[in-house]
Amino acid sequence: MSSETQKILTTDGIPLEESLKKAEKKNKIKAFLLVCPLLFFIIITYVFPIGDMLFRSVDDRMVTNMLPKTYKAMESWDGKELPEEDVFAAFYQDYKLLIEEKTFGKLATQLNYEKNGFKSILKKLQRKMKKFEEGNYKEQIMDVHKRWANVEYWRAIKRRAPEISYSKYLKGMDLIEDESGSITQVPEDRRIHRVLWLRTLEVAFFVTVFCFLMAYPIAHLLATLPMKYSNLLMICVLLPFWTSLLVRTASWMILLQQQGVVNDFFVWIGLVADDNRPEMMYNKTGTYVAMTQILLPFMVLPLYSVMKTISPSLMRAGKSLGGTPFVAFWKVYFPLTIPGIGAGCLLVFILAIGYYITPALVGGASGTLISNQIAFHMKSTLDWSFASAMGLMLLVGVLAIYWVYNKLVGVDNIKLG
Amino acid sequence: MSENKEFVKFEKVDKSYDGKVLVVKDLNLDISEGEFITMLGPSGSGKTTCLMMLAGFETPTNGEIYLDKNPISNIPPHKRGIGMVFQNYALFPHMTVYENLAFPLKVRKMPKDEANKKIDKALSMVSLSGFENRMPGQLSGGQQQRVAVARALVFDPAVVLMDEPLGALDKNLRESMQYEIKHIHESIGVTVVYVTHDQGEALTMSNRIAVFNDGKVQQLSSPDQLYEKPVNSFVADFIGENNTFMGEVSEISKDKCYVRVNGVNIIANPISVKSKGEKTTVSIRPERALINPKDSMDNNHKGKIEEIIYHGDHTRVRLSLLGNSEFILKVPNSSENLDIKLGNTINIGWNSQDARALDPK
Repeated sequence: MSSETQKILTTDGIPLEESLKKAEKKNKIKAFLLVCPLLFFIIITYVFPIGDMLFRSVDDRMVTNMLPKTYKAMESWDGKELPEEDVFAAFYQDYKLLIEEKTFGKLATQLNYEKNGFKSILKKLQRKMKKFEEGNYKEQIMDVHKRWANVEYWRAIKRRAPEISYSKYLKGMDLIEDESGSITQVPEDRRIHRVLWLRTLEVAFFVTVFCFLMAYPIAHLLATLPMKYSNLLMICVLLPFWTSLLVRTASWMILLQQQGVVNDFFVWIGLVADDNRPEMMYNKTGTYVAMTQILLPFMVLPLYSVMKTISPSLMRAGKSLGGTPFVAFWKVYFPLTIPGIGAGCLLVFILAIGYYITPALVGGASGTLISNQIAFHMKSTLDWSFASAMGLMLLVGVLAIYWVYNKLVGVDNIKLG
Repeated sequence: MSENKEFVKFEKVDKSYDGKVLVVKDLNLDISEGEFITMLGPSGSGKTTCLMMLAGFETPTNGEIYLDKNPISNIPPHKRGIGMVFQNYALFPHMTVYENLAFPLKVRKMPKDEANKKIDKALSMVSLSGFENRMPGQLSGGQQQRVAVARALVFDPAVVLMDEPLGALDKNLRESMQYEIKHIHESIGVTVVYVTHDQGEALTMSNRIAVFNDGKVQQLSSPDQLYEKPVNSFVADFIGENNTFMGEVSEISKDKCYVRVNGVNIIANPISVKSKGEKTTVSIRPERALINPKDSMDNNHKGKIEEIIYHGDHTRVRLSLLGNSEFILKVPNSSENLDIKLGNTINIGWNSQDARALDPK
């Protein structure tokens, strides 16, 4: 009896909770159906590609699948001395199958990543194998080239046995797992990625700083000018958005090249000699200039949206209470714009760290960034797993920055508009 | 209280924003030390502009403003030492109440323990002791208002400006804040310049009121003078309720004049009329006209009751009288049984001293 009296009933005698659920159910279904398209879109265009990228970056089944018998035979090999006849026989059979399927070239490419010199000896083996007799494959193969008698090459093959490998990540950081299994740096002349990572961070950082320095006064003007002028200024800020990114970058190329408008101007006002025109393009300068201009609106807009909400009477209050204009700005206005600064900097930094077109066109050799390297591996070397690995490293880097930012400023303080 | 009659002095001040329209025209105004003066007027009458010029956020187009005999037009706002309470309080939202109050003291480099004493005093004055560590966003409107007042007073300014500080509060809170600000003014004797468009607020709080219209001070006098003896029809209309008759002066002597309204002569007190034949507006306060007038009243006319509105403590009666169908009477709710019924014709009377013949509208 007591439990019944505790339950609140509607006038119809249905428990209130049940009745509420029933009443809300329709709305919940409606809401879900409304977000459904976006949910699927996000899953298809965001979750799947990233999952696929993650998988691809560690997936190393290609060689494993090409040499199934070899790896089975290698299970009992300790890797110290040259393997026994069974391994050689299994390798012969696997390779023969690959030749018949005409996919032996891929194996050569893959094994060559692992150790230089595989390509030529595999080609030679393919030519000589037609005349092989049955039995005693170990000697026949070792006769093809002296490297086949070198245990290091067989170890290299064995290293590719696992289906999953993090070697691409190591490679992205200029590290390599050597024969003994310990991780070391690659030779100095091949350390290119670490430089690129550092340069990407540096460019993203300075572009963010430049954008901030230029956007703050503009945003302040936008927020305080009378409507008539601020609308015009807003259009000037947004105008670049309406032009193709490629066109904007191309126009920077016209402006910045050695015979370009800016250099002509410098020569004309006598700043530089005609035969000593500075190079402002195909280096970091070009990347800085063009990227700052292109990313500027992403800094202006969050700043503007925050400044718009700051009442002008706050600055007046600061002054009427005795603060100099600078003190009123620094103690009152500036702290209130921090959410906008945070949002703008985060936005510009993240966009800059993965920027591709502009550095590719105006960056030259010393101005390219990690994204250009990723594109290079996707288009030219077709090493997609390496490209994926670097893409993921970039993503993790951005997430780490976001985490640090959250610890320092707090994501709740971000205001995008 | 008033040792210095010209503590704040506006001298021939003009202000124009666009070079075409004068927002403030030839303003001359003296404010004595320790006075509570209110600038009252409809929106766009120039009162806030005057306040902003005094605070230093606007510069006079012409003329000069003096603070304690020193011209201040070229002194920037932060050096004027004038406290200000803004319409929307303008508390710094990222600082606690304590930090808000400490701001003016910190920029003056006051030692910390002295500053703490001042802050404690200012907060207890507005009865907000113990709120030091709250953020402004955690306070109610009335509390934010008090903090704003305390912040404007904490550095002991000679003058405090208040720009419609109670505009955002609800009616009850506004009234209690009016008394509170008045009491604070009385207890510390600071000079207050207060801007409002609410005549009730102005009448309750001020020593003197400057009624603004169209960029000019229409009348500057104490609240009772302003209500009882308006000098022109704008002030009579703007302050309190007002019944008017339009007419022409038919006869005039020193303290009496006859004004012909709708074919009938009424006797009025000549304020701004000088000669026979002048057009005039006669203004009578609703509570000064009586039903069934006493014999001593020199005006006595018949009017027809058009509408009766019950207001609890009093009843408002709308009459048509001498061609004016908007004549309002306030009848106190008493046990006297008056014959107030719709359509009845009744006798209405008033003293000629209470009927002021002002400028025509």
